[in-house]
Amino acid sequence: MHGQNVIEVENLVKKFGTFVANDHLTFSVSKGEIFGFLGANGAGKTTAIKILCGLLAPTSGRATVAGFDVYRRPDKIKQNIGYMSQKFSLYEDLTVKENFRFYGGIYGLTKKRIHERINELLGRLDLLHVLEESTHALPLGWKQKLAFSLAIIHNPSIVFLDEPTGGVDPITRRQFWDMIYETALGGITVFVTTHYMDEAEYCQRVSIMVDGRIEALDTPAILKKTYTAQTMDEVFLKLARKAKVSIS
Amino acid sequence: MNPEKSVVVTDVSKSFGKTEALRSISLSTYKGELFGLIGPDGAGKSTLFRILTTLLLPGSGKATVAGYDVVTNYRNIRRIVGYMPGRFSLYHDLTVEENLNFFASIFKSIVAENYDLIRDIYIQLEPFRKRPAGKLSGGMKQKLALCCALIHRPEVLFLDEPTTGVDAVSRREFWEMLRRLKKEGITILVSTPYMDEAMLCDRVALMQKGGLLKVHTPSGIIGQYNLPLWAVKGDDIYRMIGLLRHFESTQSAYLFGDSIHFTAKDHTVTDGQILSHLQKTISSKIEIHKIEASIEDCFMSLMETEQQTIIEG
Repeated sequence: MHGQNVIEVENLVKKFGTFVANDHLTFSVSKGEIFGFLGANGAGKTTAIKILCGLLAPTSGRATVAGFDVYRRPDKIKQNIGYMSQKFSLYEDLTVKENFRFYGGIYGLTKKRIHERINELLGRLDLLHVLEESTHALPLGWKQKLAFSLAIIHNPSIVFLDEPTGGVDPITRRQFWDMIYETALGGITVFVTTHYMDEAEYCQRVSIMVDGRIEALDTPAILKKTYTAQTMDEVFLKLARKAKVSIS
Repeated sequence: MNPEKSVVVTDVSKSFGKTEALRSISLSTYKGELFGLIGPDGAGKSTLFRILTTLLLPGSGKATVAGYDVVTNYRNIRRIVGYMPGRFSLYHDLTVEENLNFFASIFKSIVAENYDLIRDIYIQLEPFRKRPAGKLSGGMKQKLALCCALIHRPEVLFLDEPTTGVDAVSRREFWEMLRRLKKEGITILVSTPYMDEAMLCDRVALMQKGGLLKVHTPSGIIGQYNLPLWAVKGDDIYRMIGLLRHFESTQSAYLFGDSIHFTAKDHTVTDGQILSHLQKTISSKIEIHKIEASIEDCFMSLMETEQQTIIEG
């Protein structure tokens, strides 16, 4: 399962004027991996993610996502990835079913296929009964789970999750990670950012960005050993405190 | 701690259409206390803060801040509270300096008058004082918003999720600032979804879906966790959690970072029993030891009890 690389990045640089947001990033992510992408605010994570999602061109360096080059085929990248952000997911004035039909339609799924996916995804979550409900009244935990389902409706090779569990209760947070696990086991690579350091432990490998560079990249166990820490929280603090620019 | 009450909430309810945002909430805070409202989105934290800062009328019930009623005496409250709402609410196109001067003048004060209160925070903003507030990083915006909320030396400070979306380092720094402020005698009410931040408060109210799960000191809440709790570690965490969920002595089993927090149904359960259940299937090394509950463990347990009550009731 971990044979192929779904993301390959080599010496990626992104500058905005003289400001270097991404400073020679090099890493790869394999198929079915749960990869944690951490860093302090201002460290350059969002810029890197935008490049990997085909939304921003790099200044220099190489990157391929789902086999497609970020310079030449950003359109193909967008078709083959999923994305879920904490800030926006479902159209609140549409019903759950309408949201699925809309997202499915955007990704070019047939009506039949959308119907199949609705049954698969909502069935697994035991949420088939809310199909005709307007999404705005649903509890946050359900919305998060639905948003995740929408992000993988087209079975992309990789899904980007930007702080997906912000604001939910601790039980729902863990149920969400159960979903992430099942998804990864099914072969979809998960690229996740989070501010909950215990969630960093659930990732197979974690990278930590500081001042535009990747300061550390390894399994949580090895990172804790390398930085003499009991938790990923401690690892993060040790690394992020070194930042000169990030916290301004 | 000053035993005088600063904020008193009595049976406050508030609904928005069919949604019950607050369901008959009662609590009070002491003067000079650092009080945390801990709970996920939808708990009612922001709604309660808006009622206490007189931005929203309660549906029913009564609330006073520094002795003033939120409905009949709202003008007095507005002069003496500081408020930092959930989203950045300062003027993006005004500079750091201009924002600060603006808020000072609204409260009929000048920056110099209470500068000592914000000095430690403002020092970090100083190099950016001529930068438009909209161009600051998340952490810096937060610091500026805090300064603007303090510039008139309020008696009571309301901070609505000031650390949401902020990285772990900035979060810690922010709480360090709050502890320093506490020494100035300001009553501080902070809301947060981060359970670990509860430990930094004098007392906390655990909230969920418009109701209170518990109000106590952090150690008081932890002390009331009355079932035995273990941390279980090993190579195959996923398999172990599955096995534990099918064990008759399990009250709950949840992932907590790199270990499983296992709560037993009662005190007769032993390490040995748990281990032998797991070892029926798992041959690799398993580590197990008793631990003290964290606020998160307590919150989850209270959530489950509440669910159970709803199902049975």
